[in-house]
Amino acid sequence: MRILLYALSVSVVVILAFWAYGEGYETRATERDVARLERTIGARHQELSMLRAEWAYLNRPDRLQELAEMNFETLGLIPLAPDHFALADQVGYPPPAPLALPTPPASPQVWAEGEALEQKIGDVIVMTYRFGADAKPRVISPPTLADDGEQLP
Amino acid sequence: MIRRRRARVLATDPFVPVNPTVPRPQTTVVVPRENPEKVRSRAERRLKFTTVCFVLGFAVIGLKMGTIAATDAREPATGGLAGADIVSARADITDREGRVLATNVTATALYAQPRLMINPLTAAEGLAQIFPDMEVEVWQKRFTSGSKFYWLKGNISPEQQQAVHDLGEPGLLFGQREMRVYPNGQLAGHILGGARYGQQDVRAAEIKGVAGVEAEFDDYLSDPAREGAPLRLSIDVSVQTAMERVLASGMRLMSAKGAAGVLMDVNTGEIVSMASLPDFDPNSRPAPPTEGTPGDSPLFNRAVQGVYELGSVFKILTIAQSLELGLTNSGTIIDTSGPLRQGRFSIRDFDDYGDRLSVTDVIVKSSNIGTARIALEIGAERQQSFLKSLGLFESTPVELAEAPGAHPLVPARWPDISTMTISYGHGISVSPLHLATAYASVLNGGTRVQPTLLAREGPVEPGPRIVSSRVSAEARNMLRQVVTRGTASLAEVEGYQIGGKTGTADKPSPAGGYYDDKTISTFAGVFPAQDPKYVIVVTLDEPSIEAAGQLRRTAGWTAVPIASELVRRVAPLLGLRPDFDPGVDTFGEYLTQTAAQR
Repeated sequence: MRILLYALSVSVVVILAFWAYGEGYETRATERDVARLERTIGARHQELSMLRAEWAYLNRPDRLQELAEMNFETLGLIPLAPDHFALADQVGYPPPAPLALPTPPASPQVWAEGEALEQKIGDVIVMTYRFGADAKPRVISPPTLADDGEQLP
Repeated sequence: MIRRRRARVLATDPFVPVNPTVPRPQTTVVVPRENPEKVRSRAERRLKFTTVCFVLGFAVIGLKMGTIAATDAREPATGGLAGADIVSARADITDREGRVLATNVTATALYAQPRLMINPLTAAEGLAQIFPDMEVEVWQKRFTSGSKFYWLKGNISPEQQQAVHDLGEPGLLFGQREMRVYPNGQLAGHILGGARYGQQDVRAAEIKGVAGVEAEFDDYLSDPAREGAPLRLSIDVSVQTAMERVLASGMRLMSAKGAAGVLMDVNTGEIVSMASLPDFDPNSRPAPPTEGTPGDSPLFNRAVQGVYELGSVFKILTIAQSLELGLTNSGTIIDTSGPLRQGRFSIRDFDDYGDRLSVTDVIVKSSNIGTARIALEIGAERQQSFLKSLGLFESTPVELAEAPGAHPLVPARWPDISTMTISYGHGISVSPLHLATAYASVLNGGTRVQPTLLAREGPVEPGPRIVSSRVSAEARNMLRQVVTRGTASLAEVEGYQIGGKTGTADKPSPAGGYYDDKTISTFAGVFPAQDPKYVIVVTLDEPSIEAAGQLRRTAGWTAVPIASELVRRVAPLLGLRPDFDPGVDTFGEYLTQTAAQR
């Protein structure tokens, strides 16, 4: 009986020792993992702050102003002035679609008409959403680009 | 032959009882029994002692377990130099919308350890090719002098780093550090100030603020407990840009030496924009000037550090006080026949405005004589305490490292002539920021504001009352009339009812006396006048412009057009909707708007 007890306790000690060692190794592995993750997070934070600085640099008012001037033909941006404020009923919403006429089914022809439509309309500046949606994407002649594709002011 | 043993003769019968000759010792020792009570108490003592030992032992264990359970678990030494929480040593600075004004980027420093060098002479030659400002002979001498360590460059580009790598010299090493960057360049340079390296090491370098907000909040920005939370200023980048552009073009147009502008929220004292020209780029802050007057250096912040006699813009303060004291009302007729003599001085007006003017017309026509007479009614003591309550006697509490050094110049004695001249802004020198604070305090309904560069969180409690809200409305109405029919007629912007006052003061010459041909021209105003939102102050240093056939230096021709253009550009950016209704210019509107606000 006593021998059995001894054997049992010795084996329990051995098992516990194995378990404790196992836990120890696992802890150290986890610690290494955590440290690695923290380093990664730190590096990402560093990249993020770098990107933020770059974003702020690219959005600096001087550069935006020069870009707006360079692209004035396409964008037509001018500084905000008091007469740019308007009332809601002064906004040119698209005219309501005629109710009586059945709307023609959307066909690929509508898309093909895009260019013809544009020619037909000619000089009239149409600002309805329909024209914008139907028209073929226009190629806006881009200003000169730098080597990396950035518009340099 | 067999010998017989002689039979042993037994002496005596062993069983014969022998009478002992010596009496046996009696063994009956009487052991004295101990007192059972004593034994008991001793045992009890021992038991108690043992119990106490055990209790103490378990208590110690229990306490230890308790403390272990109560304390926070801490990771045993994880993470290296670049942890997750501490990103950069110094927090960002942003504008009120969160747009970055100052941030850090990683940079590389180059240093040399000549002992590790294989060929110091070729290394110096290679370095001189990469960095044109390094001289070959100097560095060859240094590398061979036996010194152990040299800083070569504080901050090099990746291309330069690659080129140094390509030299293949093990004695040239790179250090990581952070660099303070102001992505907007010159924008708000005077407010931000600039930074430099403090203590440096090959692994990191400490960034220290040199001037402006960077120096004022040096500890705050580098406090690790704040975990890099940005410092939010009250500046608005787009408004600041417009302000600097308009001021710069105006300064060129008026051929002025310098310009300053302050735009302040009239109720909270937040400085939405503050500019001083000429300015500088905080990324490469110039060295302080060694010659010439420091006031002409680009480092000098005219809006905060520059104290000037600002002239007639002070008149509205005098008038507001006399209205508040009940000495006059807006229609009271003042004797303005001149010149007004006081001792050996005589006070004149710019033009002869007739013998009598109403108080409103004293402001509209900007009569020195009328204002001086009103000031004499007020008296020196009351005038002093009023100006003091507006903060014009001490440096501004704005959060800039330079601000505490900018003391207004106030006369030590205050005779009647001082009372009279100070009533129209001569004999007292304050900064444009002082003036903006005073205007905001008088015109916002009459409560004192404290100028600040930090964005306020939540609503601001109104400060102590300076003048009643009715007096404030009357003062605004007078300033509005200055624009509609007075000296600042060029300030009119359709939709934003600007009210303001011009001020032209001759510059004091260092030799004593005043220059004839050098002025400080100021416009200080509020818009919209019936419902005040912002106070604007524009100051030009030595402006002059050829207009309407003659050379003009007065503020009405120089500072006022700039201020008007400024409001035209800035007010829409601030989200102020123009109001083209002519009804808003009636005095009733001034009173109702103020009443609605309070």
